[in-house]
Amino acid sequence: MSDETHDNLPALVPDEPIANPGLPEHTWRPTDVDERAAKRAERQVATMFGLAQVCVILFLVAYFTLKVGDNPTTFAGFGASTLALGTSLGAALLLIGVGIIQWARKLMADHEIIEMRHPVKSSDEDRQEALASLEAGIEESGIARRPLVRNSLLGAVGFLGLPAVVMLRDLGPLPGDSLEHTVWTKGMRVVRDVVGTPIKLSDLEVGDLVNAEPEIIFAVDAAGDPKFEGVALQVAKSKAAVILLRMNPGDLTPAKGRENWAVDGIVCYSKICTHVGCPISLNERTTHHLLCPCHQSTFDLADNGKVVFGPAGRSLPQLPLAVDDEGYLVAQSDFTEPVGPSYWERDSG
Amino acid sequence: MVRFLNRSAGRLSRHRRGPLAGLVVMLLGLLMTGGLYAAFAPAQAGSAESDTALAAKGRQLFLVGCATCHGQNGEGVRTQDGNQIGPSLVGVGAAAVDFQVGTGRMPMAQPGQQAPQKTPVYSADEIAQLAAYVASLGPGPAIPDESQYSLAGLTAAEREAAIVRGGQIFLTNCTACHNFEGSGGAMPRGGYAPKIRGVEPKYIYEAMLTGPQAMDTFSNGNLPPAEKRDVIAYLQSLETQPAYGGFGLGGLGPVSEGLFAWLVGLGALVGFAVWIAAHTTRSEKKKVDAT
Amino acid sequence: MSIDMNKVATSNTTSAAIPRKPSKVGAVATWVDDRLGLATSMKKQIRKVFPDHWSFMLGEIALWSFVVLLLTGVFLTLWFTPSMGEVQYNGSYDQLRGIHMSEAYASSLKLSFDVRGGLLMRQMHHWSAMLFVAAMMIHLLRVFFTGAHRKPRELNWVIGCLLLLLGTLEGFTGYSLPDDLLSGTGIRAADGFMKSMPVVGTYMSFFLFGGEFPGEAIIPRLFTIHVLLIPGLLLALIAAHMLLLVYHKHTQWPGPGRTEQNVVGYPMLPVYAAKAGGFFFIVFGVTAMMGGLLSINPVWKFGPYDPTKVTAGSQPDWYMGWPDGALRIMPGIESHFWGHTLSWNVFLPIIVLPGLMFTILLLLPFIEAWVTGDKREHHLLQRPRNAPTRTATMVALMTFYGLMWAAGGNDIIAITLHLSINQITYFLRGAVFIGPVVAFLITRRWCISLQRHDEGVLLHGYETGIIMRSPEGGYTEKHLPISPARAYTMTARDREEVPVLETLETDENGVPKKRSPLAGLRYRIRTLMYADNIQKPTAEELEAAQHHAEHEHDLQAALDGHAADGHQFDGHHAVEGETLRGDH
Repeated sequence: MSDETHDNLPALVPDEPIANPGLPEHTWRPTDVDERAAKRAERQVATMFGLAQVCVILFLVAYFTLKVGDNPTTFAGFGASTLALGTSLGAALLLIGVGIIQWARKLMADHEIIEMRHPVKSSDEDRQEALASLEAGIEESGIARRPLVRNSLLGAVGFLGLPAVVMLRDLGPLPGDSLEHTVWTKGMRVVRDVVGTPIKLSDLEVGDLVNAEPEIIFAVDAAGDPKFEGVALQVAKSKAAVILLRMNPGDLTPAKGRENWAVDGIVCYSKICTHVGCPISLNERTTHHLLCPCHQSTFDLADNGKVVFGPAGRSLPQLPLAVDDEGYLVAQSDFTEPVGPSYWERDSG
Repeated sequence: MVRFLNRSAGRLSRHRRGPLAGLVVMLLGLLMTGGLYAAFAPAQAGSAESDTALAAKGRQLFLVGCATCHGQNGEGVRTQDGNQIGPSLVGVGAAAVDFQVGTGRMPMAQPGQQAPQKTPVYSADEIAQLAAYVASLGPGPAIPDESQYSLAGLTAAEREAAIVRGGQIFLTNCTACHNFEGSGGAMPRGGYAPKIRGVEPKYIYEAMLTGPQAMDTFSNGNLPPAEKRDVIAYLQSLETQPAYGGFGLGGLGPVSEGLFAWLVGLGALVGFAVWIAAHTTRSEKKKVDAT
Repeated sequence: MSIDMNKVATSNTTSAAIPRKPSKVGAVATWVDDRLGLATSMKKQIRKVFPDHWSFMLGEIALWSFVVLLLTGVFLTLWFTPSMGEVQYNGSYDQLRGIHMSEAYASSLKLSFDVRGGLLMRQMHHWSAMLFVAAMMIHLLRVFFTGAHRKPRELNWVIGCLLLLLGTLEGFTGYSLPDDLLSGTGIRAADGFMKSMPVVGTYMSFFLFGGEFPGEAIIPRLFTIHVLLIPGLLLALIAAHMLLLVYHKHTQWPGPGRTEQNVVGYPMLPVYAAKAGGFFFIVFGVTAMMGGLLSINPVWKFGPYDPTKVTAGSQPDWYMGWPDGALRIMPGIESHFWGHTLSWNVFLPIIVLPGLMFTILLLLPFIEAWVTGDKREHHLLQRPRNAPTRTATMVALMTFYGLMWAAGGNDIIAITLHLSINQITYFLRGAVFIGPVVAFLITRRWCISLQRHDEGVLLHGYETGIIMRSPEGGYTEKHLPISPARAYTMTARDREEVPVLETLETDENGVPKKRSPLAGLRYRIRTLMYADNIQKPTAEELEAAQHHAEHEHDLQAALDGHAADGHQFDGHHAVEGETLRGDH
């Protein structure tokens, strides 16, 4: 093999069966030999550069005449501004680009030039000189002879990594047990998302699906300001969102201990996928299978939210339901397990 | 309570468009009203007949076209091993019939998991008769009339608020299956949520009301009629708004965008690269050396 | 062997142009040199030679896309507000007026509807991001398929791989900034990815988000990463990549006069500068056209991010599609032990697999060098067919990537082709393992067949398409020798030797020393790499074949006295002035 030979040298093609015929003779282009052809090419290129200027003017006209905003100008069903600005700018740029290329192809000298390569590595003398300098430097520093200095320096610099890491500590709070709870509490009403109205048992027919929230999401304080706003609202929603589904009570197969979690065939599950946390509400009424649009985990809502397909590893957490005095659906308690994607500290027993 | 309604009416009116937009909305409203009236005039003319007479005609049609799967009296048909051939139609209401037959989903061309939309087999009159017959089997949702899904009669500000609210309800309840602009999406085991762009408002309303095929229902107790109307208004507004950014690439999101980046964008650029490096034409003549 | 150095070194240019009198440009250059002394380093660079081939311009697409990204990106930052502060939308887009949203999303809407050209710039920025990563990827494939990653260019390969990784991260952070429903869903999934990491995952998530998901820190933090940290690294690495390119000089295809010792092409000034500069405008122009005509990421339709909403077809941009696909087809395996949860179903496909794939990519040149033991410099490119095992390896990796990619779009495939996502998923779970193996075997055999074909052409000539009928009534196709230039080009490659396991030294007792298991493995891989390849014919074989052809030709000439040798019909020769039949 070639291990031993040609170390570091540009490879020669060994054992050539056919001799290198050398660069072929240069052939001329029509523009090289025919002055009229050259003139034609020159006009062609100049025309493109001229048209590019026209396109820029069109761009400016479009910028100042076509309206955006509240009442945008439209053209054939498109937003006219973006369309006109994009095409005129694009045409101008393409004309310039094609013009330059055409100039290079037709008019610039097209003789091929040969440049010789040199080995990438330095010459042996240079290398030896550099190595000698390096070693002299190391020797004079005494770093090899004084391991105490070397090691203590390494230790000191290495220790500097700690502040760099520790200083990132305040990026965020520690998780604590925040992932284990949601804002659901005993007796909290289940309300419709977006509009926030509570749901009566009698509102729902078999086959109805409601994207729902805990009532507290929409609650306001005495001054009329919402209790949850901004980040707090988003954090609360990202764990507490649920879907409510009414099916024939006979279709349900509740697990032991969950027999009274449904009310008249109405079940309530976390809307947050146990895979990586996408909200899921793609329910097939006929099969009670709930599909996640992100990675297609499928859960059986008639069977305790069990995974029937896809990458999710755990059942969808179920929210135990009850009915309050006024006939509205309420939670019996918070979720009995953390909702959303798995995490290291999660104790699933 | 309702977060997005937390705002002054003054701000709304400040943002009303110019007079032209108002005109357009009014024209659209008029067009819709007129068009829908024209479309449903026969059915309504038919309703002048007594319901029993309609139902009787509908039963004749039913026996010929539907009874094989749904049973002589719409009670549904099961095979011996318990598989459903056609479900019971008792209590599904006229709205379900109007949707299923009016969009051509029923009668099905062949048995299958999901009935695709196709050209309707029955005329409007016949659909009305079938609907009357099925409605007579048991109480169920009736065919909505236009006032339920049209924004006519609302002020401009109310209309805008309705569209905004409809958008939020749409994004919460519908996009998960039907995609952000109603392009449709995949469901388990070969099922799919169909494209709902360009579907008549009546059918969208009926679909929400009755939950066709595997779709969940959004009964009036679940999603009040006004909110259904708002969803429809939002969908209509998506269809009438200009394509701000150019061709929509199917409205399918990043997958089709990626395909276009590779095939159109990179394809064009590689094409240019081939042209740039290609050899130009050569002449047989030789340049007379000036030296 | 020997190369006629006289022939190779001779340029066919006219002598270097010496300006008769100093031009204006010359005066400026002199002024600059007086102060910077650049002439010493620039004298060679100004007329530096770059070989011309379309495939050498793929990296340029990436470079110019990056420039477009910088230009459009700076424009976007003038209006974009990287904040998750809640505001009530009050802008021009009717359907969202009055809705509460983050400032980031509101400013994205402002850019799209209230800033003239803002939507164009947004779309151009997004399209060029897609093109940037795509161009890097095909550039990488070109480099690998032609063997341009071999010594001395391994470090440039490593830099290129880092650029691909950083470009992908840059794309992902940019995708997340507008804070629309799609980007928020992506961040939510990323939160799930982080949480799947054992021990540190939950902490990383809380630190990155500044608390519990979604917090209010993620957008400003991603913004800084997106506009400062990664672009800075990209710029530095691109500079290093280009410097190394200049220092190493570009590789070239073998051909008459083109050898390992030289580089033949056009000078930087003017031709290459013009072609590269022109190509910049073309890349810019194509991006502008796409930005003006093709809608991308219509954020107003997604609405602001809300952790309770989702849309069908929630996908990342294409370059994140393959790990997303891995995530989709992974079976749902989780381990629960000692009060802890380890979600293999997320950790393996999204954390381990991309890391593994990237490491493999990074190490490819070093693995190949270890297997071949080749320590020489290589400046001549190889045709993919002449390195069948290498080509097949990359095709296998591409197949794996492509199948994962398809898995990432399984729902869109399901609705557009009327298939079942479940069936697609089951199919892909097997196909991602079987597909690459099949692709490897087919590609390798295919390359070897092409080599065999090349050998046939070299030895027996090319097929002219002329059918000759013999006196016996048999038909044969006339073959003619190819031109010497083409024959040279086809043979200008290494002759690979199937390795022989070196005989082991024996110790003083005559017992052979043990061979290390690694050496044995290396021997086996090297054998697999070369064993079936067709080597180029030797000079003797060529000569024998030529004799044979001449002999046949003579025989035919003897039969009819005036054989048309076929040159007249093959389209490679001018027919003018040559009678088709000798006797007319």
